Amino acid sequence: MEILGQFNYWVSIALAMIGLYTVISKGHLIKKLIGLSIFQTSVFLLFITIGKVRGATAPIIDPNFSSYSSPLPHVLILTAIVVSVATLAVGIGLAILIKRTYGSIEDDEIESIDKAEEN
Amino acid sequence: MIFVFVTGCFAIWLKDLVASTIILGIYSLIMATIWVVLDAVDVAFTEAAVGAGVTTALLLFAIWLTGKSEKKVNRIQWGAILGVILTGSLLIYGTIGMPDFGDPSAPAQIHISPYYLQNSLAETKAPNAVTAVLASYRGFDTLGEVTVIFTAGIGVLALLSGFRKRRKREKGVIQE
Repeated sequence: MEILGQFNYWVSIALAMIGLYTVISKGHLIKKLIGLSIFQTSVFLLFITIGKVRGATAPIIDPNFSSYSSPLPHVLILTAIVVSVATLAVGIGLAILIKRTYGSIEDDEIESIDKAEEN
Repeated sequence: MIFVFVTGCFAIWLKDLVASTIILGIYSLIMATIWVVLDAVDVAFTEAAVGAGVTTALLLFAIWLTGKSEKKVNRIQWGAILGVILTGSLLIYGTIGMPDFGDPSAPAQIHISPYYLQNSLAETKAPNAVTAVLASYRGFDTLGEVTVIFTAGIGVLALLSGFRKRRKREKGVIQE
């Protein structure tokens, strides 16, 4: 258990890096949004991992149990999940608007259309 | 854990956006089971409903409106890979200082959580400590969250309705 003590953090970092790579390298705006939501999930994983206590149960107070995981990260992440959907919805709204205006949601095509208009 | 990693990779790798979205839904469901394992049952409910349900629906809606396949790009972007590996290794270096998984004496467990766990039942009469903190101790945070959702709703409505009006105007010009 000593060696794998940090395993959850590593998975969370790996997911964050997948998300980051997608946001940087993919040109398609919807794909970028998918990468962003994977990045957000990785942060959730980090927080919930911090809240976990070995051998504890969910933080619902009951006389039969004495050890609970920390409720505070759970609350923060509940809020964060809902906020992440809100940001995703705004992003999708923007993507649809860009598609309607430019006829494409690929990064490079939008850029070339912009340049053509400037010239 | 490894399943999550693999599904995450697939969601990015697939060129067909519909398949990518469905895989993202599977990813969310596996994530929800991980939340149950990590004792976060409330988060698991939310993830299963919002992450796997609403997000998938929103993305499918967007794909229906914007076209379902990604342009083929063959080149691998080494700059991005280099940046990602650099950031990742710095972050992994950072985890050396983190407490072990499930350590009861970690800083997160000894500061404010015991207060909530000991006093929330007496002070709020809610046996679920997460509910007690969400609705009572941090009620203002929840109010802020509702404000964010409200703003997002207004934003989306403004974006899409503004467009519809403009298109009507353009059509009117064409008819003239």
